[in-house]
Amino acid sequence: MDNFFFGIYPYIALGVLALGSIIRFDREQYTWRSGSSQMLRRRQLTIGSNLFHVGVLIIFFGHLGGLLTPLAFFDWVGISHGAKQLMAIVVGGAAGVLCFIGIVMLLHRRLFDPRIRANSSFGDTSILMLLFLQLMLGLSTIPLSAGHLSGDEMVKFMSWAQGIFTFKAGAAAHVADVHIIFKAHLVLGLTIFLVFPFTRLVHMLSAPVWYLGRKGYQIVRTRKQSS
Amino acid sequence: MKVRAQIGMVLNLDKCIGCHTCSVTCKNVWTSREGMEYAWFNNVETKPGRGYPNEWENQDKWNGGWELTSSGSLKPKIGGKMKILSRIFANPDMPEIDDYYEPFTFDYEHLQKAGETKAPPTARPRSLITGDRMEKITAGPNWEEILGGEFAKRAVDKNFDGMEKEMYGEFENTFMMYMPRLCEHCLNPACVAACPSGAIYKREEDGIVLIDQDKCRGWRMCVSACPYKKIYYNWKSGKSEKCTFCYPRIESGMPTVCSETCVGRIRYLGVMLYDADRIEEAASMEDTGDLYQSQLDIFLDPNDPEVIKAARAEGIPDAWIEGAKTSPIYKMAIDWKVAFPLHPEYRTLPMVWYIPPLSPVQSKVNTGELGVTGNGLPDVDKLRIPVKYLANMLTAGDEAPVRLALSRMAAMRVYMRGKTVLGEPDLGAIDEVDLSVEQVEEMYHLMAIANYEDRFNIPTNHREEDEDTYKRRGECGFTFGNGCSDGNSEASLFGTPSKKKREAAE
Repeated sequence: MDNFFFGIYPYIALGVLALGSIIRFDREQYTWRSGSSQMLRRRQLTIGSNLFHVGVLIIFFGHLGGLLTPLAFFDWVGISHGAKQLMAIVVGGAAGVLCFIGIVMLLHRRLFDPRIRANSSFGDTSILMLLFLQLMLGLSTIPLSAGHLSGDEMVKFMSWAQGIFTFKAGAAAHVADVHIIFKAHLVLGLTIFLVFPFTRLVHMLSAPVWYLGRKGYQIVRTRKQSS
Repeated sequence: MKVRAQIGMVLNLDKCIGCHTCSVTCKNVWTSREGMEYAWFNNVETKPGRGYPNEWENQDKWNGGWELTSSGSLKPKIGGKMKILSRIFANPDMPEIDDYYEPFTFDYEHLQKAGETKAPPTARPRSLITGDRMEKITAGPNWEEILGGEFAKRAVDKNFDGMEKEMYGEFENTFMMYMPRLCEHCLNPACVAACPSGAIYKREEDGIVLIDQDKCRGWRMCVSACPYKKIYYNWKSGKSEKCTFCYPRIESGMPTVCSETCVGRIRYLGVMLYDADRIEEAASMEDTGDLYQSQLDIFLDPNDPEVIKAARAEGIPDAWIEGAKTSPIYKMAIDWKVAFPLHPEYRTLPMVWYIPPLSPVQSKVNTGELGVTGNGLPDVDKLRIPVKYLANMLTAGDEAPVRLALSRMAAMRVYMRGKTVLGEPDLGAIDEVDLSVEQVEEMYHLMAIANYEDRFNIPTNHREEDEDTYKRRGECGFTFGNGCSDGNSEASLFGTPSKKKREAAE
């Protein structure tokens, strides 16, 4: 069981994430969009969307950096495991609260505003619910983590995640004995990766940071082939 | 000098009868789809009025167009690149659908299916967004048609700036005009500048501004950046759409659908050559009142051998240079100076220009309310439509050019009246406004007679130089989804309608 969910499932989820996104980008780029519903109803969106996105970005990059940065790096900088865990709890907790307020507003709007509801696909609503559930799981790990501040639990997750990304056999064993809430959080997280290419989440892959590097403002296209 | 060509448009408001044929034919061709019901790539407004969407001309409210920074450089009014990106999660400057109107249909079926009733059955409205009953329709695409509604609501019109507008609420002083609007295909488009994805672009060969539907990610910045509010967010597809200037028709030398179907023959299409190197300079005048002149200054004289040489060096086809020489747009905008850009103060250098409307004068002249000069020209300052109002709309408030244009149009009438009614052309009036007999004859021919082949002077695009059509043989034409390689599975995993649905729709 553990071996499937934490040893095999990650590869399935990440494989679908990568391949699915590539195929969709290649063949169905017209469907590749943020799917904003601001046009239909601005109420609740301005605050909700900003809080949600800021929160989720901090959480996402926190997880990415926290899980995949090699332990040796933290030792070299001189951050103890306990301190790192405390940092994760504080920063992640704060961002989690922002994100929570935001997602509740967005979810309320999505489910109860007649205009938004009528124009939500199954994917739109269910991905929001998945994210909400995942956030709740994530937030409920905080009391658990606060129970053991040594950082050892956290090291288990780092070893697991890094084991997965470096194709180490037996990575699943690292997280075999963690609390069930952690396990649920991991499985649901992987599931979000799995469904990623089939939802509007793909818009995060085209976050337009390149805009800052555009020379000037105007774009002119020519059909002339350079001869 | 970097010569570029653009197909420009002029609308002769003096002849617009407000029939909405342009809007309807445009809608039938381009926007009769779910998500775009509320969008009118071409709409006709009655001015003065709020307009569609609400108060689109009020850039204090919408922040469209460009502004000059303190250092004198141009920046979109909604903000620079950092600010635009910071507002990507929720765009504070974006109109809601209620600023346009909630699209609706009627329960037509009920008319056929209703049982026997005392009163005849009615078709009641239903929202196209939610499908719910709408008890009352409170807005529509042409809500203020022929000055509908009370003056107080229409008086928010930005073109009243600097005027004592109250007097125009009185019946005796009421005035109105029609204002057909479409994308301006600007030389300095704010929508292109604000698109973080780089999906909007201006075509080099004919200046048409288009949105790459594959590259658009729905960040919605273009909707706010465009001061004319002529980019519409398709709430179904999550992509922005805009007037395409009917580019497939323009490419093959045909006028746009709105121009082709114009009953009043008010629309003109033709080539303009301009200096692309001087766009920024022209849009950066400190005083907005100078922007009309600065835009005129970057248009190039197609009869100038230097310009022709430079145009050829840029690869502009000879047919386009010839088109520029005989362009009706050039004549009206530059030779006769009767056409003006719409709101040059937005600094976008728009390319759909307008000839201001004259007002009916004869009865006022007869009663002596309106003075005429010795040559029979009416006093344009006393016309029913105030010159200041037109100037606020067309020249950023500078009245002199508008006054001259109106006088010239009036002089053309005096001249022709002399020629056809009195049997002897009266040259006094045209001398007064500095027009020659040849010019006024040509003006009459182009603006009054307005033959099809004179109104539309559109050289074809040279697609054969751009692509090897032999390689493209056997390709399929326009399809939904990704064309010929449609896949074999019944349903698409990626959110497009299933094949069954698509076939049912066809």
